[in-house]
Amino acid sequence: MSAIVLAQAAAESGLTNKGVAALTYGLGAIGPGIGIGYLVGQSVQAMARQPESAGMVRTTMFLGIAFVEALALIGFVVFFLAGA
Amino acid sequence: MSLLATEFPPLGHIVNWPGFFGDGTAYEFNKVVLVYLLALLMVVIIFGLAGRKKALVPTGLQNIGEMAVDFIEDGIVMDTMGEPGKKYAPFLMSLFLFVWFTNIFGIIPVIQMPASARIALPLFLALLAYVIYHGAGFKEHGLGYIKHALVPPGVPVALLVLVVPIEFISKFLVQPFSHTVRLFANMLAGHILLVTFGVLTGALMGTGILASVVGLLPFFALVFFTAFEVLVAFLQAYVFTLLTGVYINAAISHEH
Repeated sequence: MSAIVLAQAAAESGLTNKGVAALTYGLGAIGPGIGIGYLVGQSVQAMARQPESAGMVRTTMFLGIAFVEALALIGFVVFFLAGA
Repeated sequence: MSLLATEFPPLGHIVNWPGFFGDGTAYEFNKVVLVYLLALLMVVIIFGLAGRKKALVPTGLQNIGEMAVDFIEDGIVMDTMGEPGKKYAPFLMSLFLFVWFTNIFGIIPVIQMPASARIALPLFLALLAYVIYHGAGFKEHGLGYIKHALVPPGVPVALLVLVVPIEFISKFLVQPFSHTVRLFANMLAGHILLVTFGVLTGALMGTGILASVVGLLPFFALVFFTAFEVLVAFLQAYVFTLLTGVYINAAISHEH
């Protein structure tokens, strides 16, 4: 639904398909950006408070980053599919 | 695509390479295939030479081999699977090094093509891991593995209608897809980033004094992102292997 609205708005304002794709990827990157920032911040805090558990925290942090990042990367792929 | 009025090459041009020979046939040999072969050779040679002497006090290449094995066993296998995962260490070891070498070719001059920026390799490796971790699960639990994979412990019976389809979609369909796309998109994005700054630098440099001075900016960005890509190449290989370990662990673990 929102995609149709977006497409209509784009058609009226003269935005191209590529422009919409780029804009949408930008919007899609907000969530993962906040997520990774929060995740790494909390991990650094945990490592600073308990340096002896730093190894475990780091592994879990990278795992978490990998999962959060997947959303941004799917957005990136969609950007190319839609903008082509 | 145009970028500040300079022509940016279309996506096909920066990842499709003309074949050295056999162009257009199924046996086409191009730069990507060359990178696969080089990465494979490097893995084989490093371990072939490092494991040849088996000296008690390691020197030279044996040091590197032992460091790599330590890194995989302590950093990935023990962290994700613990003792029962030791037998998967050789697989994860070769997976990690192969992915890392194919990634690192993205910044090596002359070649400058991360072979994992074509979806064929990530897809193949993710499917290989998919077969291995589900195979390991069936070997460990027998046919009970289907229940083990689809029914998380401690879920009320009424919720199973909802949970089982979600678990099926996430474990059997989305998991290999995200495993593939994570490596592929990261390396493609890095490659495009480098091409962007390379094109900008090339367009600005040598077209007058002012443009050359402005052209220093994308040039330094290019240097910076090339260094950044070294980190990304390592990190993505690490994450790819780590996730394979996590998936194997989810398949072979027994809940208490």
